[in-house]
Amino acid sequence: MPNYRIHKTEYIDETKRVSFKYDGKTYYGYDGDTLASALLANGIHLVGRSFKYHRPRGIVSCGAEEPNAICQIGSKKELTEPNVRATELELYEGLEASSQNCWPNVKFDIGGINNFISPLIPAGFYYKTFMWPKSFWKKVYEPLIRLSAGLGKSPIEPDPDIYDHKHVHYDVLVIGGGVSGIIAAKMAAKNDLKTLLVDDKKILGGSTIYQNNETIKIDGKLSSEWLKNEIQEIKKLSNLTIKTRTSVAAYHGYNFLLAKENLTDHLPEEKRRNKIRQRLWKIRAKKVVIATGSIERPLVFNNNDRPGILLSNSINKYLDYYGVTCGENIILFTNNDSAYETSISLHKKGIKNIIVDLRKSASSELIKQAESLGIKIYFNHVVTNTFGYRKINSLEIMKLSEDGNTTVGNKIRLSCDCLGMSGGWTPMVHMHTQSGGKLDFRDEDQVFLPKENSEDQISVGSCNGDFDLENIIDKTVNKINKFLDIDNQDYQDTNIICSKENDKRNIWLLPNKIPLGKTKCFIDFQNDSTAKDIKLALKEGFRSIEHVKRYTTTGMATDQGKLSNMHALGIIADTAGVKMGTLGTTTFRPPFTPLTFGTLVGRNVGKFFEVVRKTSMHEWHVENNAEFENVGQWKRPWYYAKKRENMHDAVQRESKAARDSAGILDASTLGKIDIQGTDASEFLNRVYTNAWSKLAIGKCRYGLMLNEDGMVYDDGVTTRISKNHYLMTTTTGGAANVLSKLEDYLQTEWPELDVYLTSVTDHYSTASICGPNSKKILNKLFPNLDLSDENFPHMSFKEDKLENINCRIMRISFTGELSYEINIESKYGHSLWKMCIEAGKEFNLTPYGTETMHLLRAEKGFIIVGQDTDGTMTPSDLQMDWIVSKKKYDFIGKRSLYRSDTIREDRKQLVGLLTDDPKEILEEGAQIISDVKSKPIDMLGHVTSSYFSPNLNKSIALAVVRSGKTMKGQKLIIPMENKNINVTVSDTIFLDKENKRLNA
Amino acid sequence: MFLINCPFCGVRDQSEFSSGGEAHIVRPKQPTELSDDEWAEYLFMRKNIKGIQFERWNHAHGCRKWFNVVRDTSNDKILSVYKMGEKPPVNYK
Ligand SMILES: [Zn+2]
Repeated sequence: MPNYRIHKTEYIDETKRVSFKYDGKTYYGYDGDTLASALLANGIHLVGRSFKYHRPRGIVSCGAEEPNAICQIGSKKELTEPNVRATELELYEGLEASSQNCWPNVKFDIGGINNFISPLIPAGFYYKTFMWPKSFWKKVYEPLIRLSAGLGKSPIEPDPDIYDHKHVHYDVLVIGGGVSGIIAAKMAAKNDLKTLLVDDKKILGGSTIYQNNETIKIDGKLSSEWLKNEIQEIKKLSNLTIKTRTSVAAYHGYNFLLAKENLTDHLPEEKRRNKIRQRLWKIRAKKVVIATGSIERPLVFNNNDRPGILLSNSINKYLDYYGVTCGENIILFTNNDSAYETSISLHKKGIKNIIVDLRKSASSELIKQAESLGIKIYFNHVVTNTFGYRKINSLEIMKLSEDGNTTVGNKIRLSCDCLGMSGGWTPMVHMHTQSGGKLDFRDEDQVFLPKENSEDQISVGSCNGDFDLENIIDKTVNKINKFLDIDNQDYQDTNIICSKENDKRNIWLLPNKIPLGKTKCFIDFQNDSTAKDIKLALKEGFRSIEHVKRYTTTGMATDQGKLSNMHALGIIADTAGVKMGTLGTTTFRPPFTPLTFGTLVGRNVGKFFEVVRKTSMHEWHVENNAEFENVGQWKRPWYYAKKRENMHDAVQRESKAARDSAGILDASTLGKIDIQGTDASEFLNRVYTNAWSKLAIGKCRYGLMLNEDGMVYDDGVTTRISKNHYLMTTTTGGAANVLSKLEDYLQTEWPELDVYLTSVTDHYSTASICGPNSKKILNKLFPNLDLSDENFPHMSFKEDKLENINCRIMRISFTGELSYEINIESKYGHSLWKMCIEAGKEFNLTPYGTETMHLLRAEKGFIIVGQDTDGTMTPSDLQMDWIVSKKKYDFIGKRSLYRSDTIREDRKQLVGLLTDDPKEILEEGAQIISDVKSKPIDMLGHVTSSYFSPNLNKSIALAVVRSGKTMKGQKLIIPMENKNINVTVSDTIFLDKENKRLNA
Repeated sequence: MFLINCPFCGVRDQSEFSSGGEAHIVRPKQPTELSDDEWAEYLFMRKNIKGIQFERWNHAHGCRKWFNVVRDTSNDKILSVYKMGEKPPVNYK
């Protein structure tokens, strides 16, 4: 097996050999490797296929910007993870990774055929081609694209890993642990500021940590040696927290940032068990220092995407940090000095290399050093083509014309096994723009830079466009002193010597004798868009960068265009003849690098996904086979199925028992608001449509609450407990909103009222017993209470004790039956329920759930707010004019009740519906029409509630129908998929219109 | 995510608050005297300003008090907070 690891470094532990599988084959690397460095050490460059043309692609970079080396990892199907960048994945024993985006395998790829038909796949191809015929999209195009695009597989089993969230507050957050970040963190922490330094890598130091060129020295030492010393020092600072393997994903307003800390992804799978995998840091920082560095740019020339073509600085890192050379015969193609550092480093380790520099000439300390070492340099030359299918094996260069617009002279063919490219550097301004910062454009080296720095955040180092070490350190120190308002002198006497770049030449799209249409000059490697695509988009009239981006898909892959956006902009500017600075950039959206869903949801999974509220009686319901229904956050018994009963059977049995003898409902979830104060009656007058001042103490009254727009908002029974004390009940789902609304009015509109509101929903448990035998059951429970109609009539309230525990008993009814609601402190709820059940045994007291409750009230035509209403129903629409006081001067919503729209007579109004076939049960939500022939069919309304009533032995329904009030007796039609159902409009009250049962 | 300085509790995270729309819209004292248009003006019409906006906020997961906020909607900076019933700061008019 080839071995490209050519020297020892302190970051690779050669005593710890690590075995891993890539595409099913076993390889070895060392502790300290990334998957990418280990593959390169084994001579593997080819790691995938491109998205559209399925061209072979190799590792390009050594970091988060990697567009090609994307893989699927994990040996188990519940742990498998797609879209992992090999350049960031730390190698661990037993790692199993495979290349993505290639089928059947990376070496033989059926999609490669696209490469030969590529003239047929221009920009906007997907938009243009797959549009027609429409029916083909779902069955033909989409599956085909998905299969051949193969952007990884998602895990199909629940994620077994643990994720965590953590909230932290700091004076200063420093993002990035390169030289400028380290200086900033040290200055802040030494001046008594509580500081957090985060870096996405395993160790601090950025690109300076492996820097070993003699022309760059700090205080007489190699810059890497100097920096190691600084790192040792900051580790001693007590108010500095350092988090490595932690990447900031999002920078929100008010210096609120999200960062992901990787805790176990670098460990062998068996060592991760029971440990937190990733932690999401929610950071609030008074000040933020952005020191995120810069990314090297590729160059855009024909066939610039072959495996073996990398960024020049990445070749340097693989060599000096990982000890791995990317080739044995390397060519470096550059427009700036940084490739010379790579060249010199390669040369010193005995790797043959030459430089192709598109600048006419250049001079600096670095270039002098390269020349003195005898490294061959071709100035004023460009690469025009490359060769080799699975890996580059040679390339052609040509001389540039004076203006750089074309090539001149003869082609020179050079053999090589690796090409490094350096098109300059792009500052990572993502964090700055995410925070709301604007950008400036610097023509000199064609970079976007952070514009104004606010008082909350600042950019330092190369993300601020400062590229040489002297500049970086001097400016960082000055800016940090000013930004943090401190006077740190640590770097006052630091002596920095570094090579200065003097010559620049930038050409976004390099010239070529071959017509552009026949070249493959890639801009976005991951999404396979070329210079040709960008030009085509412009030709077709696209101008805005945001449009060109979407049309060509440039910058829209998982790397979010970290390598491609600048070139796309540059080519647009050059082609359209505008200044690049005026084009603006595309929006940099979070996350900077992808986050896992696990990190985002943290611990809020499974039973912690949502808050669950249970009543005190819950355990009894569970023991008695209740099916539960979610109502808001509450778990309410839906029905109690006996053996061999389905839901329908259970509900029919429960409904019949409640009217024939007795039924019991857990009504604890109804919202309860305690209202006290000398103005409590006046307050109720203002919030309900009916009058409250004359309600006697000990009496109950039903109330309807409107919104200011006149639409029904909530309803419930309120009891006057004493002169200035009421207990209001609300719907289960509306409780929190009603309280908020009442508080809003009290605090903002009527602060003069002496009223206090307290939510007591959880304080009381409620058992509601109804049916002709309910009085007998109450009598057994409360033998001393006079239950006669004279003493305790319908809509009244008594207090009594159950084994010395106070109970509030209301005689109110939501079923139309004689009915009592017993309220007791919640801690006694379970006992109360069991005592009721025991007392009711001889009367066949039947527990019933929400479904039966809904059925019983529908028999009586009582509405359920939220089921028979939808925020567009007035009291009059509900045929409830009786509850709207004519005498009261004002209440919430009153004025809206006579707006021109609310007094329309053809509003949708609540009616009853009876099916011609009494066995036919309508579907809730079904549409209602009167004429099947008209086109378009006139929709009159819809069914809101529908049940089969066992007490009436027929189907009943409530519905809202246009002008329904005037339609009693009229025939209507419910059109269903395979039949039309004939119905007759009826009264909304189906049972006991005379309310005799209330006093049975 | 804003930091909001509740006039009763101090600085808290936005997740503790709920927003209540435009501030200083007073419910008419005599709604019955109003025409449909005048009532609609109170009921429906709200400003949506790019720039300085006066808003109502409620410390829903805290003291549950309503208060007013002056916010620049172009950059989300909260310029001032003040209690219900207090006059809005004049320097932002
Ligand atoms: Zn508060």
